[in-house]
Amino acid sequence: MMRLAPQAGERIDRARPLTFAFDGRRVEGFAGDTIVSALYASGRRVLSRSFKYHRPRGELCGCGQCANSLFTVDGRPGVRGCGEPAREGMVVEHQNAWPSLERDVMRIADRVGGALLPVGFYYKTFIRPRRLWPVYEKVLRHAAGLGRLPKRQAEREWRTEYRRRHCDLLVVGGGLAGLTAAIEAAERGADVVLCDEDAEPGGWALVDGRHDEARALAARARELGVEVLTRAPALGWFDGLVPVWQGDTLHQVRAPRHVLATGALQQPLVFPGNDLPGVMLSSGARRLAALYAVAPGRRAVVATVDDAGLQDALALRLAGIEVVAIADLRPDAGGGGPAAYVEAAGIPLLRGATIVRASGRDRVQHVTLAPVGPDGRATGAAEDFACDLLAVSGGLQPSLSLLLQAGGRAAYDPQSACFAVAEVPAGMAVAGALAGEGAGAPVATPPACATDGRRGGKAFVDLDEDVTVKDVEHAVAEGYDSLELSKRYTTVTMGPSQGRFSQIPSARVVARATGLDLETVGLTTARPPWTTVPLGALAGRPLEAAKRSPLDARHRDLGATGRWAGDWRRAYDYGDPEGEALAVQSDAGVIDVSTLGKLLVRGPDAGELLDRLYPNRMSTLKPGRIRYGVMTSEAGRIVDDGTVCRLDDETFYVTTTTGGATAVEQTIGWWQATWNLDARVTDLTQGVAAMNLAGPRAREILSGLTDLDCSNEALGYLNARHATIAGVPALILRIGFVGEVGYELHCPAAQAGPLWDALVAAGARPFGLEPQRVLRLQKLHVIVGQDTDSETTPVNAGLGALVKLDKEQDFVGRWALEHAAEQAPDAVLVGFTTPGGELPTEGAVVLHEGVAAGQVTSARRSPKLERTIGLAWVPAELAQEDAALSISDAGRTIAATVTTRPFYDPDGEVLRS
Amino acid sequence: MSFLLTCPNCGPREVTDFGFGGEVTSRPAERPSRRELNAYVYFRDNVAGVQREWWQHRSGCRQWFLAERDTRTNVVAWTARPDEAPAAGGDRSA
Repeated sequence: MMRLAPQAGERIDRARPLTFAFDGRRVEGFAGDTIVSALYASGRRVLSRSFKYHRPRGELCGCGQCANSLFTVDGRPGVRGCGEPAREGMVVEHQNAWPSLERDVMRIADRVGGALLPVGFYYKTFIRPRRLWPVYEKVLRHAAGLGRLPKRQAEREWRTEYRRRHCDLLVVGGGLAGLTAAIEAAERGADVVLCDEDAEPGGWALVDGRHDEARALAARARELGVEVLTRAPALGWFDGLVPVWQGDTLHQVRAPRHVLATGALQQPLVFPGNDLPGVMLSSGARRLAALYAVAPGRRAVVATVDDAGLQDALALRLAGIEVVAIADLRPDAGGGGPAAYVEAAGIPLLRGATIVRASGRDRVQHVTLAPVGPDGRATGAAEDFACDLLAVSGGLQPSLSLLLQAGGRAAYDPQSACFAVAEVPAGMAVAGALAGEGAGAPVATPPACATDGRRGGKAFVDLDEDVTVKDVEHAVAEGYDSLELSKRYTTVTMGPSQGRFSQIPSARVVARATGLDLETVGLTTARPPWTTVPLGALAGRPLEAAKRSPLDARHRDLGATGRWAGDWRRAYDYGDPEGEALAVQSDAGVIDVSTLGKLLVRGPDAGELLDRLYPNRMSTLKPGRIRYGVMTSEAGRIVDDGTVCRLDDETFYVTTTTGGATAVEQTIGWWQATWNLDARVTDLTQGVAAMNLAGPRAREILSGLTDLDCSNEALGYLNARHATIAGVPALILRIGFVGEVGYELHCPAAQAGPLWDALVAAGARPFGLEPQRVLRLQKLHVIVGQDTDSETTPVNAGLGALVKLDKEQDFVGRWALEHAAEQAPDAVLVGFTTPGGELPTEGAVVLHEGVAAGQVTSARRSPKLERTIGLAWVPAELAQEDAALSISDAGRTIAATVTTRPFYDPDGEVLRS
Repeated sequence: MSFLLTCPNCGPREVTDFGFGGEVTSRPAERPSRRELNAYVYFRDNVAGVQREWWQHRSGCRQWFLAERDTRTNVVAWTARPDEAPAAGGDRSA
């Protein structure tokens, strides 16, 4: 056990032990532990295998920032073990190693890797021969990536929520500076949100002994009503909106003012062996000891360039860990208090020296400390130490990401050997370590890579992506000599920790290789998200609900084949599409058309508005009359079709296609606003149900259910009446939907069930969408979107009669249609039959003189007509009755004959009877 | 992209509540030539700067309104119903 004696301010609750499974083995811990602290307490050091070379890796940062301890937790990959709290019964598994974390066969990549896997290896190797790429891809896909998603969809799904939060002030970072800012603002009455990545606010103060102060401030903030979000990283800056990710919730926080107190992250040092398990940031080692009472090692060596490393060394010693030596790169070791304390404590302090090599088998066992020159090479006597922990401190890099995204600026600061805030955008303030507060004596600039000069041992600038110093040097040598280019070539800084521990180290290597200074080399662009976030958390909950007709349950009870059509669930048939179609033509049928768009256009100018929107006249409609209309765009292209019924002088009832309701409502509303006409459009689609009763016996059925006179004289074709049917108030539209005598009955959605039941009980056979398509195709009715596309005008779709270019009123699309009318269309939509009875696939090609000249858009077999019927686009010269067509369909050629008139009831005698 | 827009009926809301209707274009008053028609239907100025544009309060009252927005910064100078908008060029009235 590596658990220390109780530490003041520790976060674990020793009264509440817990256990969880790691790779099938039982791990014990306490409430308050993270996965990593519990694993460390149990003595485990190897936590993961690296991305490319499969090298063993241990903990680095101890605070949820590094990618060294990514696990799959309860099936969710990519969880950061040093931030994720341990929970009773959780199942934790390693990633990127096979068959086990201890024995990983891909480790071979590391043994041979130096020579065989140089930077750019993949780009250069797997492009030849081209035809083998699919094979390469399969293998590489398997080797690439970290973690696996659960195979079954249900296990990948989880509920997430968006939450919009508007406040006066957002404080990012809950250290002492952030807490103080939040409290001050809240005391002045501001509505404040504070977010922090850790499980509790307090930041570094929780570690460095000021835990009581931090916890008192957090309590005070909550008391003042500050909304404190924990385990909640701010992901980025989007024009003032800051998404804060907290578990299943994405808080979209918008505030006019922001305080950034994002703190600073200690940087690693670069030397051969710097990725061995047991090499940690000194702050991470100290955090493990202070918060979780875990000994990160028994014998520690500390290498530092600043006071922070010395302080961490003292704290480790105080926690009961033997510190055998400290190397401080500064010749005077800062010259201040910390160095004096170190000496007083009797810890050997090597001034002007640093770590030049770490070695050991799968964990650090020996380290070499030596004085180095500016190029990083050892210049003096080296000293070897045996240890099991090497704590490094490479300077504190303020976390600038959010500030830079918001338009702030950073500049290199030689005093801290890091980039510091240079310019803060308006409405924003920086505080705490981000603002450079708490910095001790000036730091020594670490060399790009410190080395004892001996061969062997990889020195990494990026642990996430397994990028070594040599890789970056090769990239520069190959001409990728700017930081942005070498980043793209080597993938340095592109791993899960977003470059927070590799930007500065790789920039130093580029600076050394190019001879430029760090200010010139600069930083790569800071992009959101700050931390890796599951796509599910960003996706949120879909806002558009799938839509079901109020009759949906009845369709299911009737055994309907249900399918999605756009947003709507629709009944395609009830098991016998042919029988259903025949029933409509010989007897009576009823179809649920509640999915049609239903709009009310009302106002003194409603008629004029519709006149300007449809190519035909609508204002001349008399109340109680119906007209078919096709809506066009300004380009003269068909956008939707439907019926327009005038209910009274100022009210029109407009139906649209199933998918078109929203777009048509938007279009009508937009033109209304544009022209400022006194009319309003209201979408009634989901409040009103509709069903179409059709067939020779439709009139008889309807008459039996209502007092209204339904005779052809009283309720003729294209007339509308309000009536009570089977006790349900309804609007009856007599229209020619499927070619038989038909009545479209619109009623309140809540009363659709009883009306449907009454129609079915009276003998109307339910029919679905598939028989409807056959019936409508017999009449050559065009389906907008199926038979038309974005190039189709009413004229070439055979709907020219609906375009009234002689109408005095201007209308949308008029000019385009006028221009189009001046020349004959190239292609037109016509009906066809196949004498041989073959049924071409929709989309099959129409051939003319041996070349593709059109396509089949609809084709069905009509059970009534006992032949194949369809619609196809053909060259204009073929648009004549009985013209011969040749259709090429998946290798076969089908002979077809053009029909320009409806296949059934071409003169509409049945319809009007 | 994220900013607030003020619906003339409902007040300030997240931009995701709204549908974008594009920049305000000028509908020809007289029958245009083919070329003019093409320009009117398909071409937009796509300015990097302040432009007058259409928005609809899609997830709210469904009102169409005008806004003047800087496309570079997403700073919205004003929003107004078309009949209450400050006069400017680029009126779409027919």
